[in-house]
Amino acid sequence: MTHKKGYPLWEVFIRSNRGIDHKHAGSLRAADAEMALQNARDLYTRRSEGVSIWVVPSNQIVASDPDDKETLFDPAEDKVYRHPTFYSLPDELEHM
Amino acid sequence: MTVTENSPTLSENEVKFEELLAMGAKIEPRDWMPDDYRKTLIRQIGQHAHSEIIGMQPEGNWITRAPSLKRKAILMSKVQDEAGHGLYLYSAAETLGADRTDMLEKLNNGKMKYSSIFNYPTPCWADMGAIGWLVDGAAICNQVPLCRTSYGPYARAMVRICKEESFHQRQGYEIMLTLSNGSAKQKQMAQDALNRWWWPAIMMFGPRDDQSPNSELSLKWKIKLFSNDELRQKFVDIAVPQANILGLTIPDKDLSWNEKTGHYTYGEPDWEEFFEVIRGNGPCNKERVSNRREAHENGQWVRDAAIAYAKKHAEAALSKAA
Ligand SMILES: [Fe+2]
Ligand SMILES: [Fe+2]
Ligand SMILES: [Fe+2]
Repeated sequence: MTHKKGYPLWEVFIRSNRGIDHKHAGSLRAADAEMALQNARDLYTRRSEGVSIWVVPSNQIVASDPDDKETLFDPAEDKVYRHPTFYSLPDELEHM
Repeated sequence: MTVTENSPTLSENEVKFEELLAMGAKIEPRDWMPDDYRKTLIRQIGQHAHSEIIGMQPEGNWITRAPSLKRKAILMSKVQDEAGHGLYLYSAAETLGADRTDMLEKLNNGKMKYSSIFNYPTPCWADMGAIGWLVDGAAICNQVPLCRTSYGPYARAMVRICKEESFHQRQGYEIMLTLSNGSAKQKQMAQDALNRWWWPAIMMFGPRDDQSPNSELSLKWKIKLFSNDELRQKFVDIAVPQANILGLTIPDKDLSWNEKTGHYTYGEPDWEEFFEVIRGNGPCNKERVSNRREAHENGQWVRDAAIAYAKKHAEAALSKAA
C-alpha cells in the first residue's frame, strides 16, 4: 500500500512481560523501521506496557481471506479425535 | 471479491453481516460490510480522532503556565495521551480504507468536523480542572460503551483510550478540589470554570434524540449503543454529586432530583449556540484550525526529510545486497 505523501504503515507487536508472546497492539505510520520503533514506544508503551517491541511493515503481512473460512478451517472441524475428550476411558483411571 | 449491485451474493453478505451483529460478534476489517456502515464509521472515527488532536490546544495553552512542576508534568502527560488517542483512532479509520493524509487535509481545510467543545477558550488555570473533570468526564460517558461497539478495531482503540481517560478525569477533579479548598478567590476561580464548562459539556453529547437524524442507523448497527439523551442523563447523574463534594453550584436553575425517575431533571442548553459553534462560529474555531494547519505546514520539511533519509538508506541496503 503506497501512501500519497505520508509515511508507510507499520503493525506493532508488544511483549508485555517476559514469558509472554508478542501481541498485536495496533498500527502507526513511520518513515523507517527505526522511527517505527521509537513511535511504537511513545504510542503503545507510555505506561510500561511492554518489555519488547516488534514492528512490521503492514504490506508485508499475508492474511487469509475471511471468505475462505470454510475451505480453510473446515478440515479441522470433523476431527474430534484430536481432542482428549473423544476417548471414553474407565473412571478409576487416574492421572491421564 | 467482486460483487455486482444486484447479484444474489450481496444479500447473502448482508445476511451474514446481520447475523454477526445479532450474535454480538465484532466486524473485522476484511469482512464484508454495507457501504454506509463503512462511511458512518470513517466519519465518526475520523471526527473522534480530530477531536483528540484539536483537543490538545486548549490544554497545551497552559503547559508553560501550570502553577507547579508537578502540574506541568501531569498536564504534559495528558496532552501527550490525547495525541496518542488521535493516533489510535486514525489507525482504526485506516483499517476501513480511509487515508490518514486525506483525513488530516479535511481537518485542515474545514471539510471534517471535531467536537464542538474544543472551540471554547481556556482563560484561567481552573479551566484545566474543569476540562479534566467535565470534558474528559463526558468523553468517558460516551466512550465506555464504545468499547463494545461493533467494529473490532474501533472497539479495541476505545479500550486503550478508556484506560487512559480515567487519569485525565481524576487529575482534573483534583485541581478543582484543591482550588475549592483554597482561598475564597481560588474557590471562585473553580466556580467560574464550572460555569464556563458546564453547558458546553452538556452539549458534547450532541443534539437531542428527536433532533439527531443519524442516530437510528448507528444504533441498529451497534456503532452506538446508547442515544445522545441517555448518555447525557448518565453524565448529569454522575456529575451533580461530584459538584456537591466540591461545594460548587452547577449553573442550571432547572436542575432538581426527580424522586420518581431516580434521575436528575436538568435544563435545556442553548442549542442555538451549539449549532453556531458547529457551523464554525464558536469563540475559537478559526484559531484552532489555523494553529493546526500551521503546525502541519511547518512540519512538512521534517516529514520530507525523514522520507528522503529512509529512501536513501533503503537504496543503500539494496545495492549492498546486490
Ligand atoms: Fe482522549
Ligand atoms: Fe476522547
Ligand atoms: Fe482525555
